Amino acid sequence: MTKKAFRPDVDAPEYKGAYVPYDIIKEGAIAVLVVFILTAALALVFSSPDEKAITIKTWSNADAVDFAQTAGDELAGTSAVAGYGAPYNSNGTSQHWGFLSPEKWVGVHIPINTSQDFVIDPLSAQPAQPALTAALNQWKSASSTVQTAWADAFNKAEPNLTFVNNRVIIPTKAAGPIPVLLNYETQMARSGALDQALVTQNGFYTTNYTKPLLFLSDGTYFAGLANKQHLLGSQWGMMNETGQYPGQAWLWLYTFWYQVKPWSTSASGDFLVWGTMMILTALMVLVPFIPGLRSIPRKIKIYRIIWREHYTQ
Amino acid sequence: MSTDIDRQWTSRIRHNVVDKLPPDKLLPDTQPAYVASWIYVFGVTTIAALGVVILTGIILALDGPQWWHSSSLGHFVNSMHLWSVEIFFFAMVVHLWGKFSMAAWRGGRSLTWVTGAVTFMASILAGFTGYVSQTNFDSQWIATQAKDGINSTGGGAFFNVLNLGQMLMWHIVLLPLAAVVLTALHVIMVRVKGVVPPFEDATTEVSA
Repeated sequence: MTKKAFRPDVDAPEYKGAYVPYDIIKEGAIAVLVVFILTAALALVFSSPDEKAITIKTWSNADAVDFAQTAGDELAGTSAVAGYGAPYNSNGTSQHWGFLSPEKWVGVHIPINTSQDFVIDPLSAQPAQPALTAALNQWKSASSTVQTAWADAFNKAEPNLTFVNNRVIIPTKAAGPIPVLLNYETQMARSGALDQALVTQNGFYTTNYTKPLLFLSDGTYFAGLANKQHLLGSQWGMMNETGQYPGQAWLWLYTFWYQVKPWSTSASGDFLVWGTMMILTALMVLVPFIPGLRSIPRKIKIYRIIWREHYTQ
Repeated sequence: MSTDIDRQWTSRIRHNVVDKLPPDKLLPDTQPAYVASWIYVFGVTTIAALGVVILTGIILALDGPQWWHSSSLGHFVNSMHLWSVEIFFFAMVVHLWGKFSMAAWRGGRSLTWVTGAVTFMASILAGFTGYVSQTNFDSQWIATQAKDGINSTGGGAFFNVLNLGQMLMWHIVLLPLAAVVLTALHVIMVRVKGVVPPFEDATTEVSA
């Protein structure tokens, strides 16, 4: 029989020592009981958070200016979602690292045209009103060059947009039908009709909230609420929960990379963070096969504390 | 000489299973004396917490995903679901670091480590899909933030975190199934190979 050298980080010595009584079923039963009681006690004492979901109705009523500005950006094609890139559209620069850009390779799979999906289509489904119909016809029949000119004029006037007496006031006369469209869009949002219109575009039944969530994410109102709940990325928000509750604390390492350069400042920060975590995860899964890494436990000797009784005998 | 019965798939599988995992290994009544540390408690605690997570999840599923917003009983069950998840991850992480410190992959136990690590990953995904399925402000915010990371990998085209229906299905069907199957495989491997023995100081030789 051939012999090979004992590899201390791969092979385990044969145990020839004593065995002690062990009731595996009793151990399992006690563990379940203790965890159940502990869980019930924590639930009774601390409960759980449930901050109500916001709607486009609550947003537009709480901050009509932010809503109208965001809707204008969606119509003008200058919002974050409008220029996002894959998988929603092809308008943005995909995140990449060197030649690696899986976002770009996969392409557009969930097509979103913010102008059409968030503004024109919902308004077109409204009951006919002469001013609205005229504004929609003016927008739809205009060339893209003309639409861009109107959008540019809106973007210049946007910082001075106001909401007075239930009307959106945009201080420009060069924005074509945009002021009229945004007025109707804002009224629609404040009534709750826009919430419904955005989720029913695919029919009666729906469980897909991609469009209203993307619309919400473009405004500053949503992020302002998250800021108050310490949920922003700069607040380690990925592992936080609303209120004073523990969240996904196990995501601390994902969140960590978002706080340090170059991950925190790169335009492809998300891809760098996820790429980094994929590599670290692969190392963790494959540690038994990686020389050096698999020697760490033997060298740091924490095992001597765990098996201290064994070593003292 | 093998008979027709011995060559049956059923017979072969039964013999293999019984050979590798006889009843006294599956349900042992003794264990090596070195298994004497509190660190060993965290493995069984993880499984116990997984049981409570699944039980409370099943109760939450009975009346649909929005029941817990309007019912005090539902809110209590949701609270138990949350806290059992917190205990589950705490116990699992301590278990993982404990097993790393013991180099628990030694002695032909590499796959036991790998299934444990993959179970950890599946659990993180299960927890995440639960957070985005809460149908409240937290789920709205987490979904809109998480989309950027997942989209950057190309995965967002197929795993749309803004699609509540898709996330809920992954959370209550696919990922629990993965977690339970992986946990079962992990436990079976532990029972087949036994708990890893301590490092020995003296260098010895093993038969190849």
